[in-house]
Amino acid sequence: MTAEGKTAGQSLPISVRNVVKAYGPLRALDDMSIDVRAGEFMTLLGPSGSGKTTLLMALAGFVSPESGSIRFGGQEMVTVPPHKRGVGMVFQSYALFPFMSVEENVAYPLKIRRVSAADQKARVEAALELVQLGGYGGRRVHQLSGGQMQRVALARAMVFEPRIILMDEPLSALDKKLREQMQIELKALHRKLDATIVYVTHDQREALTMSDRIAVINQGRIAQLDTPEALYRRPKSLFVADFIGESVVLPVVLHDGAATLNGCKLKTTSSFGSAEGPYHLVIRPELLELSPDSSDGLMNDLSGEVREVIYQGDSALVLVRVGVDQEISLRVPASRAGSASIPDIAQRISLGLHAEDTIIVPETAL
Amino acid sequence: MAVQEMAGQKRTEGLWLAVIGSAVLFFLILPTLIVIPMSFSDAAYLEFPPKEWSLRWYREYFGSAEWMAATRTSIVAAILTTLIATPLGALAAYGLHCSSTRIRNAAQILVVMPIVVPIILIAVGVFHLYAKLGLNYTLAGVVIAHVALALPFVIITVLSGLKSYDFNQELAARSMGASRPRAMLDVTLPQVKFSVQAGAFLAFITSLDEVVVAMLISGGEYATITRRMFNALRDQIEPTVAAISTCLIAISVLALIGIQLIGRRGRGER
Repeated sequence: MTAEGKTAGQSLPISVRNVVKAYGPLRALDDMSIDVRAGEFMTLLGPSGSGKTTLLMALAGFVSPESGSIRFGGQEMVTVPPHKRGVGMVFQSYALFPFMSVEENVAYPLKIRRVSAADQKARVEAALELVQLGGYGGRRVHQLSGGQMQRVALARAMVFEPRIILMDEPLSALDKKLREQMQIELKALHRKLDATIVYVTHDQREALTMSDRIAVINQGRIAQLDTPEALYRRPKSLFVADFIGESVVLPVVLHDGAATLNGCKLKTTSSFGSAEGPYHLVIRPELLELSPDSSDGLMNDLSGEVREVIYQGDSALVLVRVGVDQEISLRVPASRAGSASIPDIAQRISLGLHAEDTIIVPETAL
Repeated sequence: MAVQEMAGQKRTEGLWLAVIGSAVLFFLILPTLIVIPMSFSDAAYLEFPPKEWSLRWYREYFGSAEWMAATRTSIVAAILTTLIATPLGALAAYGLHCSSTRIRNAAQILVVMPIVVPIILIAVGVFHLYAKLGLNYTLAGVVIAHVALALPFVIITVLSGLKSYDFNQELAARSMGASRPRAMLDVTLPQVKFSVQAGAFLAFITSLDEVVVAMLISGGEYATITRRMFNALRDQIEPTVAAISTCLIAISVLALIGIQLIGRRGRGER
């Protein structure tokens, strides 16, 4: 697959070029460029105020960029009004029409398109079937649970077979359990639909779960665009490393092309460029190994004293002091073997971090 | 023991609140209600309580061509004011709701101007403007002035209605293919219907009981009822005015009850 994308069936690629949108002195989109492949599930991930929602609204046509280009499958969209862009849209607040029944809600885009009544009925029922709400057409919106409302909103956004569907934090109003269930359903739905999905969230776990690729956005720019695994294992900046997954960050010193922590040279397979400025070692608690096997010579040794053991149900977090005043954490799974190996407080333990798991990033992206 | 004392104290406070509250309400409403018995008096002047009862002043009112013409002018002006001020005010509220906070705050000050500025100043200003335009003593003149006075009420009520409306619904409708006007009519309007109706009611009442501006700019064939009542009170104090007031109160109360009923049915549906 190339960045220009496969042209699978109906779905359209999106190409954003040098888009600028400023609100007063704040640049919500600062020379933003991004390519979304046809049929891809692309997540825009970032903290609040990063510009991710502004980008989504620009794709939908509700925000007009000051400069730059937005193309859907080669066609320029910047001057096209929202109602002629043909994108489906799902909102965090569901945005269902409360005075209409479920059926009328889902039929609305078809009504606008003057689809015949019989056709409308069949397509509405099929869409509701697809979100597992078959037979709910006659219900009033206020009779539905939050999860059901979001399913109706999904059905309504895809009933007219848009080739691009935009979603603005659609699951954040749901409770954790339902959210996780809906994430899996949405992913399955994406496979069935022939549509490019652009999904906005601030929840990194959600992004990792669902996306083909993730664009991490910070201050109106893309900090990194990669697959979930690459983002997690090979972050390119401190911001991305810190934002994705749980991590402990320690400052390192660059010396003769090698990074050193507290005077010890770190073995690493990560290439960290040659930028000036501070560098950091990013330690994921679950990648640390207790009593490591150093026979392959690729282990970094991080011995220290146990300060605290925090029980968290599925696992335990062990806080370990290394060096003079640095604290790192190690995650031990709650399995039988894992529980047996949890050290005691004040015990000195030996921790290993494999060269392949040793992530070194610059403070600022290049 | 202490708890009981406190409960007792609360009860006493509640009693006082009820007494003072009713007294205030009573004094507010009494002057309005006193015209009702006076209107049924048989005497040739305003008296309370009436010694003899009769409907003569109602006959006087409904039998007088002048009074009827003034009533017609007032009702036509009120209806036209409502028909113009309601859509205009609703659209203005919509526009302000969609504007940036800075523009909205600035505009809101301008919008409430007609309520804040002493009405006599507006009346004088309108009179001089109308003198140049030739709009004094015309129905159009009355309606235009009343629309200006009624607009703030419509805008404020509709704006407050829009505040509790999830605007994403309109964005959703537009993404589904509805043009902006269509999305507004299909999705937004049905949900702010009650504030629009309330705004319309206020516009109607604003026009119907406006007297200061009407004193200066209405007259002759197109004198409003309030203007004629004012003149009647000045020239000869006769109970016809009480009869008309009673009719106006009845219209207002009926309209208010109607709005309440529509509102209740609407909430029941949701």
